[in-house]
Amino acid sequence: MSGHSTAGAHSPASTRRILPVGHDALLVELADGTEAQALHAELVRLRAQGGFPAVRELVPAARTVLLDGLSEPRAEVAARLAALDVPPVPAATHEVIELPVRYDGPDLPEVAALWSVSTAEAARIHSSLEFRVAFCGFAPGFGYLTGLPERYAVPRRATPRAAVPAGAVALAGPYTGVYPRSSPGGWQLIGSTDAILWDDTRTPAALLSPGARVRFRVIGEAA
Amino acid sequence: MTDRALVVVRAGALTTVQDRGRPGHAHLGVPPSGMLDAPAGLLANRLVGNAPGSALLETTLNGVALRPRCAVTIAVTGAPCPVTVDGRPAAWGAPVRVPAGALLDVGTATSGVRSYVAVSGGLDVDPVLGSRATDLLSGLGPPPLTDGTVLPLGPAHSLYAPVDMGPQPAPPGELVLRITLGPRHDWFTPTALRTLTTRTFHVSTTSNRIGLRTEGPRLDRAIPHELPSEGLVLGAVQVPPNGRPVIFLADHPTTGGYPVVAVVHPRDLPSAAQATPGTPVRFVDSAPTQPRRRLRRSERSSDEGGPGAKPPVSGRGG
Repeated sequence: MSGHSTAGAHSPASTRRILPVGHDALLVELADGTEAQALHAELVRLRAQGGFPAVRELVPAARTVLLDGLSEPRAEVAARLAALDVPPVPAATHEVIELPVRYDGPDLPEVAALWSVSTAEAARIHSSLEFRVAFCGFAPGFGYLTGLPERYAVPRRATPRAAVPAGAVALAGPYTGVYPRSSPGGWQLIGSTDAILWDDTRTPAALLSPGARVRFRVIGEAA
Repeated sequence: MTDRALVVVRAGALTTVQDRGRPGHAHLGVPPSGMLDAPAGLLANRLVGNAPGSALLETTLNGVALRPRCAVTIAVTGAPCPVTVDGRPAAWGAPVRVPAGALLDVGTATSGVRSYVAVSGGLDVDPVLGSRATDLLSGLGPPPLTDGTVLPLGPAHSLYAPVDMGPQPAPPGELVLRITLGPRHDWFTPTALRTLTTRTFHVSTTSNRIGLRTEGPRLDRAIPHELPSEGLVLGAVQVPPNGRPVIFLADHPTTGGYPVVAVVHPRDLPSAAQATPGTPVRFVDSAPTQPRRRLRRSERSSDEGGPGAKPPVSGRGG
């Protein structure tokens, strides 16, 4: 996002700040979101192989990864994190999840105006990109999707809506998100999907989890 | 077999089903949830012979009234309160037999906030991600009780509990919370950090299962700009734009964009769950394992080396 990391290069350990949190957590702060996604992917891979890091929660966010509930001495984990060689985010470890979308959101005209394009062109731009779930938050199953070029970042709405419908596809800052259920929200609504983002009775309950690749496929038009 | 269920006669101000919550899903935006005063809830389960993770009720200030359809053993712990069965006084903090069809009334807390009502067999509502806990932030788990709610019970293993009493701390007259500074204490002014550990705050009436909000001094920021969202831990002391610290409890959001100035030691969170609005709150810097934070009084004016000077965690201990 900041263009700090060179695509394809391993992230240098020197850009990592490792901060203690409470009595059994560490927050790793990285130069940007791309590096945070790469570190999270590597930690997930290492954990799947067994062993490191033994944690209760592994929580990626905008440019950090939180390791909460460490079961090993924190200083040892911190030393290993500092020395970790992190490869760039692998391109194709996940299947692409396609979300059917209608670009019918009430804020699409405003977003198109910010982008200096027509609404049809805004829809074409958004549906032509591949996104990746950088992290989740706000509500169960709400993913912060990166992939929109920096020039298309848009501000949040000045006045949040009291109720955003479930399935609303929305933009804020560099992120795209889909509301898993009706809730208040301040993002710019550009479209809607019938995909079920969260279902308690489904395994997995969350359609989108960190690292997932996502595309929006236009429906309801001959296009 | 009789109908193993409870009927809610009086739901109370806010009564939820709780257990040990659903940790391990924070990366999906799922809060940990679970009993706020876990030692009290675990004792209640022990008193009725339940497994520690059995689901029970967490009340708020004014209790709950229940009518079991079968004979049960119950125990009420946490905030002390009068307990009656068909109008006759019964024990708080000890197992009580309630016959089928009798009315169990768990009254208004005489001190503290949250009482726990465990029932032999546990509450057998449908689990979500392995937990039956009501999560008020995300809406996972069963909704808060309403009058007439019927709660199914699991099979009781034994009529006799392994213990018949247990020590319980009194709800706090003053809440003293041990904290570890960081991870974002360098986003605050030296004055704010001094304020945090020297002034008295008070529990706000707007506190809930998501967070204990405070009234009192403001903590001013040294770095005014927006913090990109980052993961939050239980007990995080987050400072929103109004400057009043919020201590995150079990239903806390998993990520947040306001700086966390410190984290409360988990052992002190049960007492935070029992602190009534208006209770004085003091934060005490414990920093037991980080010598770099151990400042002598005379060095206090320097801001811990200033932003950017923080070394990564290293050294021994941990």
